[in-house]
Amino acid sequence: MELQVNGNKHTVSAASDTSLLYVLRDELDLTGSKYGCGEGQCGACTVLMDGKAVRSCRVPLSATQGKQITTIEGLEKEGQLHPVQQAFLDVDVFQCGYCAPGMIMSAVALLETNPRPSEEEIVAHMNGNICRCGTYPRIVKAIKEASNA
Amino acid sequence: MEKETDADIKTNQEQGQPTPDNGNQFSRSRRRFFKLLGGGIAVTFVLQDAFALLTDPENAAVLQQASPKKVGAWIHIGENDIITVYTGKVEVGQNIRTSLAQVVAEELHVPMASITMVMGDTDLTPYDAGTFGSRSTPSMGPQLRKAAATAHAMLLDMAAQQWKVNKSALRVADGKVINTKNNKSLSFGQITKGKQLLKEVSESTSLTPTEKWRVAGTSVPKVNGRELITGRHKFVSDLKQPGMLYGKVLRAPAFGASLATVDLSAAKAMPGVVVVHEDDFIGVAAPDAQTAAKAIEAIKVSWNNTEQPSRSNIFDYLKQHANDGRGGRGSSDKGDVKQGMAAAYKKLEATYNVDYIAHAPMEPRAAVAQWENDKLTVWTGTQRPFGVQDDLASKFNLSKEKVRVIMLDTGSAYGGKHSGEAAVEAARLAKVAQKPVKLTWTREEEFTWAYFRPAGVIEVSSGVKNDGTLISWEFHNYNSGPSGIRTPYEVPNQQIQYHPVESPLYQGSYRGLASTANIFALESQMDDLASLVSMDPLEFRLKNLQEPRLKAVFEAAAEGFGWGKTKPAPNHGYGIGGGTEKGGFTATCAEIAVDPGTGDVKVVRTTTAFECGAIINPEHLENQILGAIVQGLGGALFEAVDFENGKILNPHFAQYKVPRFKDTPVVEIIMLNRKDLPSAGAGEAPIVGIAPAIRNAIADATGVRLKTLPLVPDGLKANLGAP
Repeated sequence: MELQVNGNKHTVSAASDTSLLYVLRDELDLTGSKYGCGEGQCGACTVLMDGKAVRSCRVPLSATQGKQITTIEGLEKEGQLHPVQQAFLDVDVFQCGYCAPGMIMSAVALLETNPRPSEEEIVAHMNGNICRCGTYPRIVKAIKEASNA
Repeated sequence: MEKETDADIKTNQEQGQPTPDNGNQFSRSRRRFFKLLGGGIAVTFVLQDAFALLTDPENAAVLQQASPKKVGAWIHIGENDIITVYTGKVEVGQNIRTSLAQVVAEELHVPMASITMVMGDTDLTPYDAGTFGSRSTPSMGPQLRKAAATAHAMLLDMAAQQWKVNKSALRVADGKVINTKNNKSLSFGQITKGKQLLKEVSESTSLTPTEKWRVAGTSVPKVNGRELITGRHKFVSDLKQPGMLYGKVLRAPAFGASLATVDLSAAKAMPGVVVVHEDDFIGVAAPDAQTAAKAIEAIKVSWNNTEQPSRSNIFDYLKQHANDGRGGRGSSDKGDVKQGMAAAYKKLEATYNVDYIAHAPMEPRAAVAQWENDKLTVWTGTQRPFGVQDDLASKFNLSKEKVRVIMLDTGSAYGGKHSGEAAVEAARLAKVAQKPVKLTWTREEEFTWAYFRPAGVIEVSSGVKNDGTLISWEFHNYNSGPSGIRTPYEVPNQQIQYHPVESPLYQGSYRGLASTANIFALESQMDDLASLVSMDPLEFRLKNLQEPRLKAVFEAAAEGFGWGKTKPAPNHGYGIGGGTEKGGFTATCAEIAVDPGTGDVKVVRTTTAFECGAIINPEHLENQILGAIVQGLGGALFEAVDFENGKILNPHFAQYKVPRFKDTPVVEIIMLNRKDLPSAGAGEAPIVGIAPAIRNAIADATGVRLKTLPLVPDGLKANLGAP
């Protein structure tokens, strides 16, 4: 099957019911998207599919046909961080950083549809992403900064 | 040609350093040490640690054992100007990769960017017992400062020799030694070129006073922050080795279950699948993770189950199976509690029950194991790489030199990754498969077969005089553990005992250890006593408290929160709680709101004051305090491991609730910077105040004095009475 990731077309050998997360990580070695639960409960695997945030652990390869997938590896362009990444870096958000890629992808999706979200909207949109280190207020701050950038 | 000099090596026979008998071996060891690290200068704490790098049996007499009580680490300054710090400590999100580099940069007067931290690699770093107990900052930090200061002094001496000038004319700045008389400078690399100098850290080295810190004490950003936000950082679960297989282990359905019958034939018939069955261990390795999962599913197995405790009877079980604990860890006696109780104006007895909870690190346990000839290398996320090295060496009957454990910065731990289960499992599979194997635990495995913060029963019997002074305090903890068990309040009659129990579920370390349970009970009891004598909870605490550092955080938290300044709105309540743990002092005030219709409890805002001596990185300290508050809020409100007959019933994030964005209150943090006091760790202590503060706030709002952790997994409706 074919997979369009970060503007590149890949032919992958995984079966059509394989989760997108496994194809990205194990077959394409795009390991920025993380396994956290395999059930769409934690958001660590969040990627964009045609610009919308999806939990890649719950998306079978078959559902990605003809869609554009963007992963954390696809945000930085020629050494320039995406404004959301830059804001997360500036705020120095994280502790362990394992949830970082999923958080950033969820935030990118939010700002693409809602460039000036209120705090309530940020919290509602991001609630499916878990940061067990508890950096939530710092993430909200970074998203606000990115929205003002 | 590289020059050598022995002039700077101090001798100390006790530590196995040069004597007339072993001097030659020492020289050889030193040469090999620098061959490994590259030329330059190095400062170490214990010379054997440096030589433990060298696995030449010829040098066994010099090597001896690394001394576990000493803090091992060394700093190497290479001819290429690169400063490398080697420490067995590991990074799990507490940001010590940054803060330890900061203290080295401070003493060496170099930019942060010139420092590379090599951490938690048993082949490269000296022995370290592990990264736990908030010890990195108070023990490793000062040692690294001393080592860096020693190196600083060496560089000055060497430059003075080279220029033939008095070193008082020299200063160090920006990675260079500068002659202030003529403005000439030498980079560290130029000074160390051609040298192989190894020196023991000098205890008498003077350190930069806290008030003169320029790098330490500032909010240096996370050194590998960019790696994390671009997804480039490789966690263990992201590693890939050529020819690597993916492992999976067959798990028992419940604790206490053992294999009855097993049929592996279907799994073995699958192409490319390696099946390993040794005693009760059954695992597979396959070319991809899906095939590994299918192979495990294809195994036909039946189990012998044994009767095991359930959550519904765990507290009785713990009481019944407890050791008396007298004289054991955490036990202390003072005065006579019988007389104390007899003299009390008001008495209060209570029993608190605390559930097992899970660390639930976002990165589950993972390991990649690789055998090359008879040498085993395992990459794994653990707080104790040297402990895991021991486990592997003993499991496979290898000498430690044949086992290398490499710890990559890991997706958090919170005290939950002291062990190396995935490392041992991956190594077993890789040994049979004769290929590298990666094993990543599923979330369900992490929730079931890792270990938990212990459940516990705490019984408190206390008495207070009519003027509000404590007169008697009897405190028994069954199973939680002894941390934080002693009361920080002044009580003339005390009996405090920890009663260990053989836990039916795996249990172990947690953020703040048992202090999350003990201080919850202690501070709940204090609130209820205050209410008995009609005193303000803060005033009651301060009246019975002498420890000035704890007083200071209570007062700071109260001031920031506006304690006593306003009355809570209807259905809102204010609560306070605090304590001391691991050298940190914390107090938290919380405001909660109860929905009278649904019984839902929401934490509206918290104010936490924290003090842990001199602050090394304010931003990262604030982040740790924030993390402790948010994690503590989960254990306070709703986290609990549910289990029945040894089977975990909620091993998924859908059932085991952890704090999310919506649960997070407005968090105010007040950091008291005591530059006059040594820095203590901060990853753990700030967690202890939040649970009692919330509990006491619920009591303030509703009059309901809860005695369980979690407090309100199903809301307060049952306690409020049906309308």
